[in-house]
Amino acid sequence: MYGIDLSIIWAGIIAFGIMMYVLMDGFDLGVGILFPFAPDEDARDVMMNSVAPVWDGNETWLILGGAGLLAAFPLVYSVLMPALYIGVFLLLAGLIFRGVAFEFRFKANTSRYLWNWSFAGGSMVAAFAQGAVVGAYIEGFNTVGRVYVGGPFDWITPFSMLTGAGLLAGYALLGSTWLILKTEGHIQDWAYRLAPWLLAVVLVVFGIVSVWTPWVDPSAFERWFSVIRLIWILPVLALFCAWQVLRGLRRRMAARPFIATMGMFAFTYLGLLVTKWPYVVPPNHTLWDAASDPGSQLFLLIGMLFVIPVILAYTAWTYWVFRGKVRVGEGYH
Amino acid sequence: MELDPLLLSRLQFAFVVCFHAIFPVFTIGLATFIAFLEMLAFKTGNPAWTRLSRFWIQVFGVAFAMGVVSGIVMSFQFGTNWSNFSYAAANFIGPLLSYEVVTAFFLEAAFLGVLLFGRDKVPQGMHLFAACMVALGTFISAFWILAANSWMHTPVGTELMDGVFTVGSWSEAIFNPSFPYRFAHMVLASFLTGSFVVAGVSAWYLLVGREVEANRKALSMCLWLILFAAPTQAVIGDYHGLNTLQHQPMKVAAIEGNWETMQGMPLLLFAIPDQQAETNRFEIGIPKLGSLILTHDLNGEVPGLKEVAAEERPPVWIVFWAFRIMVGIGLLMIGCALAGLFLRAGGRYWRQPLFLNAMRLMTFSPFVAVLCGWIVTEVGRFPWLVYGQMSHIEGLTPSLSGGMVLFTLLGYITVYALIFSAGLYYLMLVLRAGIESIDHEETHDVERPKRPLSASHVSIEEGGH
Repeated sequence: MYGIDLSIIWAGIIAFGIMMYVLMDGFDLGVGILFPFAPDEDARDVMMNSVAPVWDGNETWLILGGAGLLAAFPLVYSVLMPALYIGVFLLLAGLIFRGVAFEFRFKANTSRYLWNWSFAGGSMVAAFAQGAVVGAYIEGFNTVGRVYVGGPFDWITPFSMLTGAGLLAGYALLGSTWLILKTEGHIQDWAYRLAPWLLAVVLVVFGIVSVWTPWVDPSAFERWFSVIRLIWILPVLALFCAWQVLRGLRRRMAARPFIATMGMFAFTYLGLLVTKWPYVVPPNHTLWDAASDPGSQLFLLIGMLFVIPVILAYTAWTYWVFRGKVRVGEGYH
Repeated sequence: MELDPLLLSRLQFAFVVCFHAIFPVFTIGLATFIAFLEMLAFKTGNPAWTRLSRFWIQVFGVAFAMGVVSGIVMSFQFGTNWSNFSYAAANFIGPLLSYEVVTAFFLEAAFLGVLLFGRDKVPQGMHLFAACMVALGTFISAFWILAANSWMHTPVGTELMDGVFTVGSWSEAIFNPSFPYRFAHMVLASFLTGSFVVAGVSAWYLLVGREVEANRKALSMCLWLILFAAPTQAVIGDYHGLNTLQHQPMKVAAIEGNWETMQGMPLLLFAIPDQQAETNRFEIGIPKLGSLILTHDLNGEVPGLKEVAAEERPPVWIVFWAFRIMVGIGLLMIGCALAGLFLRAGGRYWRQPLFLNAMRLMTFSPFVAVLCGWIVTEVGRFPWLVYGQMSHIEGLTPSLSGGMVLFTLLGYITVYALIFSAGLYYLMLVLRAGIESIDHEETHDVERPKRPLSASHVSIEEGGH
């Protein structure tokens, strides 16, 4: 019955869930990050309308990932949550503020500026916290046995602050290319002007992080400069995608910058997975150490195999329904 | 002063869970009410039912959105503050919470949209079906959460080895001994909450003469439901108490304020329990009634708090008084139901101002009763997180300091105060706009992004639209 390695299946499901979250919530957080810099209030209406129908579906992946982690890899959950205690709070507070801004901004007139700040500030805090989590994850966690023994601010390091800033810029790039895809006229022009600068920042930060990583995590050096040379295809593909983003922007193509940015994110993410495999609580615990009982993994897997296709189909359907350009004065009134 | 991370973590959990619980307990009852309205509209074709349903669906949308937002925080609390518990119990708790997430997603993805926005786009039968599925979804969500919670009170079907619970039998662990009572008690509490809110708001509208035809119908419906649910709740509560006596005798001892194991225990109506002196002050009680209720025998033996060491006793006065507030409100509810029945003669129930005012004042009472009930059961299991197997202190995150928890506790209080005062304020505006507001609904909302609050068209600022 347990001939198949359920831990591998679950690692695949959760890795997929996190990637879906980063790609999809990434662009709607990015729209929030760009909010204060929008040319005018009409542009803000359009920006929010472009993500309003899909943002909470995007965040479903985060909740599914969190609950799935508790069920399938409880050690990851019970080490990361205490280690990132303050960061988790900031992330949740940020997500709450921007979540309710979607509901209330369109009900408000004189108090609208408050919801604008709620949306932008919440998005920025959430994005930065997620980026810092990635940095902290690369650096590893101070554990004894199955318990986190570090301090509350261990995750705040120069390295993690850099990854936080990197993801902030990365999400803003996703957001700007999304707006190129979904808007037209002066809003699209603004996004076209913004995107190359964001791309430059992202490439610089990603470059520094890549060079810095072997210093904070010596095993990363070994992974990349030992026998498995095939993995070098991942950074090559990521750079190819970056070039495609630039080409798409130069030729004022609507869809290519967004798709290529998602490609950049996907290959970078796969690169990170390859660096860390099979450690899920670095530097000490592999995914098999962190796994729950096979009976529990199976009990939930049955439901997931049924649910994930439905979520994917529903997500695809929502995007199909709301396809096309969003225009000023449409959507919410 | 040394900040105690254990006490602060418990306070934080209590704060976020109490705040969260307000919304689902209301929406579970309201979802069923809406499904009923849709059914009546479908069968009779009377537009009054449709008007009522349209209005209450708006209220449902707002309450549901706030429940979802506050629920997200819950799913992270286990890891941040109770990581040892999370790790130990993950084999059982993890899949159950995940299934709850999945259920909630299905509910929202497939049917909530149709219920909120699909009235004019799908056939009436389909809309009714969506209303029923949303109601069913709320019950399934409650099922998973209460199964996990009940297991923490009466853990069976699992084995604790090397600090980790493994599941021996899923059916035994899910349908653990206290689950059926807790589930029935909670579902009826939701019905009562939904009924009292709808009845209270309808009574308020009737007092000022708004939409009399529809609100009279709503009030009547709620009063029938309360007449059935309030006494039934008392009976189920009694059985739940007997079940607790069997599995968690010290909780019952705290509820009764009973320090010594004795036969023929009185039922205390008033007392100020003194934890240090191990006795009560200013006791007023009815002789032998306590034993009669708990053992169905006037001289039945009931265990007292002194059976266990002082540090294993729950804080008595909290449990003692929370229980009395809950039962007191329950009795008031039965009183309202009987008064409503009495006033049926000649249709006075919707015209008698004194009764309408009483119902209006009762609007918030079910929330108080529900929170008190949860305080009784959760504080009453002290010092156990998983009853008899894992204590609060064993479940706490080891790396936690008091300062960290104080920071997040104050943070959550601030965030919730800001967000939920906006939410509740908006809810009040929707209620003030009333059923009449559905006549002003715009028709060109084809392209409107479908958000829970978009079901309502009320502006958050007064006078705006």
